[in-house]
Amino acid sequence: MNALEIDRLSVRYGRTTVVDDVSLAVPAGRTLGLVGESGSGKSTIAAAAVGLVPLAGGEIRVGGIPASGRGAAARGARRSLQLVFQDPFSALDPRMSIGDSIAEALRATGRSWSRDARVARVRELLDLVHLDPDRAGELPAAFSGGQRQRITIARALAGEPSVLIADEVTSALDVSVQGAVLNLLRELQERLGLSMLFISHNLAVVRYVSDEIAVMRHGRIVESGPTEQLLDAPAAQYTWDLLDAVPVLGVRMADG
Amino acid sequence: MTLRSRLLSPAGIAALAGTALFLLVALLGPVLFVGAAETSNVPERLLAPSAAHPFGTDDLGRDIFARVLVAARVSLLLTLGATLVSTVGGIAYGLVAVILPRHVRRLATGLLDILLAFPWLLMVLFFTVIWGASAMSAMFAIGISGIPFMARLVYNLASSVSGRDYVRAARVVGVGPFGILVRHILPNIANPLFVNAAATASVTLLSFAGLSFLGLGVQAPEYDWGRLLQDGITRIYVNPLAAIGPGIAVVLAGLVFTFVSEALAGGGNGLRAVGRRAVGAVAPLRPAAAPAPRAPMAADAPIAEVADLRVAFGTADGGEVERVRGVSVRIAPGEVVGIVGESGSGKSLTAMALAGLLGTDARITTTAHTFHGIDMTRPLTAADRSVLGVELGMVFQDPLTSLNPALTIGRQLTEVPEVHLRLSRAEAREHAALALESVGIPDARRRLSQYPHQFSGGMRQRAMIGQALTGRPQLIIADEPTTALDVTVQRQVMGVLRTAQRETGAAIVFISHDIALVSAFCDRVLVMKDGVVVEELDAQRIREDATHPYSRALVACLPDMTSDRTRPLPVIPPELAASALAEEVGV
Repeated sequence: MNALEIDRLSVRYGRTTVVDDVSLAVPAGRTLGLVGESGSGKSTIAAAAVGLVPLAGGEIRVGGIPASGRGAAARGARRSLQLVFQDPFSALDPRMSIGDSIAEALRATGRSWSRDARVARVRELLDLVHLDPDRAGELPAAFSGGQRQRITIARALAGEPSVLIADEVTSALDVSVQGAVLNLLRELQERLGLSMLFISHNLAVVRYVSDEIAVMRHGRIVESGPTEQLLDAPAAQYTWDLLDAVPVLGVRMADG
Repeated sequence: MTLRSRLLSPAGIAALAGTALFLLVALLGPVLFVGAAETSNVPERLLAPSAAHPFGTDDLGRDIFARVLVAARVSLLLTLGATLVSTVGGIAYGLVAVILPRHVRRLATGLLDILLAFPWLLMVLFFTVIWGASAMSAMFAIGISGIPFMARLVYNLASSVSGRDYVRAARVVGVGPFGILVRHILPNIANPLFVNAAATASVTLLSFAGLSFLGLGVQAPEYDWGRLLQDGITRIYVNPLAAIGPGIAVVLAGLVFTFVSEALAGGGNGLRAVGRRAVGAVAPLRPAAAPAPRAPMAADAPIAEVADLRVAFGTADGGEVERVRGVSVRIAPGEVVGIVGESGSGKSLTAMALAGLLGTDARITTTAHTFHGIDMTRPLTAADRSVLGVELGMVFQDPLTSLNPALTIGRQLTEVPEVHLRLSRAEAREHAALALESVGIPDARRRLSQYPHQFSGGMRQRAMIGQALTGRPQLIIADEPTTALDVTVQRQVMGVLRTAQRETGAAIVFISHDIALVSAFCDRVLVMKDGVVVEELDAQRIREDATHPYSRALVACLPDMTSDRTRPLPVIPPELAASALAEEVGV
């Protein structure tokens, strides 16, 4: 059973095709890593999945239900997909308290919340991402980058998604904080049984969190497969190049 | 900035005092002075200014000063009314335009552009003629004519906000277009709008005076400042104050509106910032102790050296925060030194101070600072600057902001050869083309006439390195040059940097938060934390030699291709974390 299926997806910006006939599947409770260089179309897939950009072709299914289009079923399916953005500094409304930002996302559950239930749920979510629930009334400016990324994760979880899409969630963070956020994502996945599409250009990070990896370039999937298998014996030259380019501590980089 | 500190700024105080004064006059003026202002007293007609009549009297013997005070209410009310009409209309039009479907939006903004191209005054006159000359119609004429400008501003501000991630996030969770406008867009554009509304008010006031002066605004026997101006101007040679008096009122009110907009914008606090800069500029370099004797240029002399470097910045509350706390760095010719640390560790500040590039708001102290024999602690001569221009190269993290977007790549790469090497324009261009070729940019001559946005990210970074190569670099400072790039492009750029270093024999200071990258590229690595170098290591032996717990933690927390996927990543323990991050890791 796949939690998220992307079936022959194409996306065009004007006349440029940025995602070209891409098919991906995120198995329930597992993490699919999507790796590739900037401009390869990774983030566009995420935006298309949650309905931020229109599809030029193909279909996106969440738990078997088509998520594209206008119907109520499609809207419902889209809302069980939630997105965590790359830049925690621009992903939170600077004029809105973090509690309000998270509470706003509760509407994605499709249920109505009483005021008390809302407050209680926001506290619960903050606690889930290891932030002090008493700070719900503060503005984003009072938090550091890593803390803000925890808040955006809490906001994404507020919609009770079945699939979480993490789009370059650590690339704006310091290395020490990156580790803490990655650990949090893995912990949440285990506790909540989330399925995750994890997008990054950092091969080492993708390797660490993903059960399966898909390598993307120029809007197409170059190759995909289980993490160990794919990284031990890549079939595509581009995957070799990617592996080769990862700096290794204590190993002098060959001249490019 | 808090409301309180804004109000306590000079502009804030002026705005508050002015508003209070005008409020008082508008409220009490018509009550207290209406007798003097509106009772005819023919025996005292056309008197010159005196103690009893500061601005003199008019042709019916009414006191002009009293009339100016009484007219304040009408003038200000009309101004505020018109401003309200433009602001509300502009916000409505601009916001609705943002959420319209694409094709309708084109129509809406097209209409705006046409209206904006239409002369504003003509539009005001057009409406006044249609609606007849009265105070109310003048108010609506001016207000409505101001809508296109305000709408355009709102539309531009709102479209820039509507592209932000938090608006996208709200759409993902299912907030509708109206909810997004009210909850996310309006609060985030409110500040510039208020500022602009206040600025518009002062223009509106002037236009009212203008309209009434032309006889199109307030009609007799009603009067506002413009009307008084019109009456007074006929006798300006006999009694100048009859015209100047209402003029003064208009100017004062306009000033108050401007101060209000200044205070809203928070510009008033600029005074303290200017003061801080001035302090920095007067004392850019203060020797901490007795300056060390100048190092002789021996064979093993460093290309650049700084000893006991301290960099401090003024804080908003007048205090001082030290961001680099006693760092000594010595760079030998041709050496590649890496500085690694997290954001806020002071690694970039150290490098910028080494290059003498810190702004005047930084307070720098050091016991010794030399670059290729130049004592950088003393004011630099023109010759020194020229040497620095030729021998020092900088490569920044984001070439899109460090290359000037308005100038061609060629213009920026010929600057050093033309200004410092004194080459002719053609020679300089040849020089620049060679530099671009040496960083692996094909078709370099054609590329020289392109602009930075026509280059890809990796290409721009190569161009930055090329720029450093147009001189005779002895030291290249590369501050996170590949952080914005993908691994494959990063590898190419690092290769280019390495080749450049081999060919020119320049030393490199390489700054990064990625300890693996630093170790793969450098000879020697300085690990920085909280403004201090905690450890200095051989780049190839970091894993083996690192003894400081922070360096070890930095190595451990970075996932690599061999990390154990079944276990959580090690994180930097709170007691080791940089102070800026302590609370971060602690929670």
